[in-house]
Amino acid sequence: MTRFIIRRVLFGVIVLWLVATTVFLLFFAGPADNVARRLAGPRAPMEVIEQIKDTLGLNRSMWEQYASFLGNLLHGDLGISFISQTPVTTLIMQSLPGTLWLVAGAAVLWMAAGITGGVISAVRPRSVLDRTTTVLVLAGISLPTFVLGMLMVYLALSVFPWTGLQPGPYISPLLDLKGFLQVMIMPWVCLAVVQAAVYVRLTRGSMLDTLGEDYIRTARAKGAPERRVTYRHGLRAALTPVVTQFGVDIGTLLGGVVVTESVFGLQGLGQLMIRSVRYGDLPVIIGAAILASAFIVVANIVVDVAYSFLDPRVRLA
Amino acid sequence: MALLEVSGLTVSFPTPDGVVRAVRGMSFEVERGRTLGIVGESGSGKSVSTQTLMGLTRGAEVSGSARFEGRELIGMPAEELRRLRGAQIAMIFQDPLSSLHPLYTVGWQIVELIRIHEPATTKAQARKWAIEQLALVGIPQPDRRVDDYPHQFSGGMRQRAMIAMALALQPKLIIADEPTTALDATVQAQILDLMARLQREFDTALIMITHDLGVIADMADQVLVMYAGKPIEVAERRELYYRPHHPYTVGLLESVPSTTGAKERLKPVPGQPPSLLRPPSGCAFHPRCPYVMPKCRTDVPPLMGEEHLSACWLPLDVVGLGPEAARRRTEESS
Ligand SMILES: Nc1ncnc2c1ncn2[C@@H]1O[C@H](COP(=O)(O)OP(=O)(O)OP(=O)(O)O)[C@@H](O)[C@H]1O
Ligand code: SF4
Ligand SMILES: [Mg+2]
Repeated sequence: MTRFIIRRVLFGVIVLWLVATTVFLLFFAGPADNVARRLAGPRAPMEVIEQIKDTLGLNRSMWEQYASFLGNLLHGDLGISFISQTPVTTLIMQSLPGTLWLVAGAAVLWMAAGITGGVISAVRPRSVLDRTTTVLVLAGISLPTFVLGMLMVYLALSVFPWTGLQPGPYISPLLDLKGFLQVMIMPWVCLAVVQAAVYVRLTRGSMLDTLGEDYIRTARAKGAPERRVTYRHGLRAALTPVVTQFGVDIGTLLGGVVVTESVFGLQGLGQLMIRSVRYGDLPVIIGAAILASAFIVVANIVVDVAYSFLDPRVRLA
Repeated sequence: MALLEVSGLTVSFPTPDGVVRAVRGMSFEVERGRTLGIVGESGSGKSVSTQTLMGLTRGAEVSGSARFEGRELIGMPAEELRRLRGAQIAMIFQDPLSSLHPLYTVGWQIVELIRIHEPATTKAQARKWAIEQLALVGIPQPDRRVDDYPHQFSGGMRQRAMIAMALALQPKLIIADEPTTALDATVQAQILDLMARLQREFDTALIMITHDLGVIADMADQVLVMYAGKPIEVAERRELYYRPHHPYTVGLLESVPSTTGAKERLKPVPGQPPSLLRPPSGCAFHPRCPYVMPKCRTDVPPLMGEEHLSACWLPLDVVGLGPEAARRRTEESS
């Protein structure tokens, strides 16, 4: 088990190293002037370019530069944004909580709704309840996030203003719990609706497969009550692919939830990313991309380890 | 009163292609402590008819009667039937790997059964009980193996574990649905021995389902041969093996693998199994029967006879195997 985890972590480190190296080769390898120009932005004056070449040591050998690039990365030094002149790390740390809270809150909602909906429709396939769920799922999947988000904002501001729900930048729950809830609830629901639709489908399919298994028949033949058959025997086994998907989704979303964040003006990582791309703020783009890859890599490790806890057959294999 | 009395049981599945008439009038009795062998080729309705007794066929239309200790099982409230399952009537299935839950230990699964039916038992007591059951069926180091997952057991051990579970609450009836089909020959013999021994020890009634008459040759008191959802011949074991009446049974017996252990069939029953969507008219076996008479195509033969029942229009005294019996059958049918 420990060896399995160590192997997985080592593998993750290698992937991240490959990502970093690719980034380096793409953006930092090449004539010093070009690199400095890229990093400083198209409108930067000559002095700034020279200064960047200096501070980053772009005139050093490629190997030296590569070593210091990796070294900086390890220290969490991602350079300086040429738009705001702030360290990239600071920008990221400012944007991270909004995204974290958005994903965490929405995840609770979509997992609860997705699994419940999936189980209910799988237990009675083709029933009215199942068909209703299927229609809702289709609606949830095909409704564009920004349309749903806009609709919610409109309703909150003009029909239910007394709720105090409003779009706006993330507020720490430690500073102002009420304000936090007022800005977070809509993005939570908005993100959760789309995700829940996917999870209802996934759970339903997985549950239907599982409920057809021989061991489910054994559970019934044992005299297990139907609830127990559904949950302890059925759902327990059906959960594995759901958990896998969950890990992957969390990893991806933590890198930034572009549309939802933008519709509600949450100022999370997704919005930071959009802004940086719009202004060509390369240091921030690179920093955010590396962070996003790190999330995905970590999520995959967690999924693999969780998987081996969920399924004893994996543990020994 | 027999322990289990089934009469006129029918089970149909509505499907998009039409109604699959899987069981079309099943009747039999099982006495306490006795063994009934049910034999028939794949699709003849062996599993469906027995699983229906336990309320395990979902989406099926069921009619007829099945009395267990005098209590009607067909139409019994689901909760009442659930309490019988596992406790009074236990089942053992064909493939022990897929029949055990892969994500729970063998011990957990036996403990679960015990605690469903005996809620007053503590976890520790139930665990001890499970270990004793595993010891009973000959699992080595049961106190250690109890915490193994099914995939850590060999095929034979898994089926032993299933048997341990089936026997845990000392049910009055065990239904074993092809319990050895998935196992190789030596293991198969061991499992059959074990079942026979434990059945005697606990005086349990047993329904042994198989498509291979060889499997129950030593075990069954009575044998029921099923064809297209119906019993077509029922008799005491020796009677059935030595003096079969129904041409289908004769065909089955002549296809039993030789005792030398050779796997190949001597002579499989020729022809295709009948369609259950549109079963043949008259005797369901007539498209494959070498002795078919005009009457066979139109009139359904009922189960006839006293002790030895057979559903065939040939005279009841035309019985037996071999060329002499074949000659008599040909004579009678022409
Ligand atoms: N849920 C169902 N819906 C439709 N048809 C079914 C269903 N369950 C079983 N059947 C059909 O009923 C028939 C009898 O099946 P059953 O499983 O009882 O046969 P069997 O004698 O046990 O065969 P085997 O030796 O292959 O186990 C088969 O033709 C099968 O396709
Ligand atoms: S009734 Fe006729 S067709 Fe059917 S088994 Fe007997 S002889 Fe053959
Ligand atoms: Mg079967």
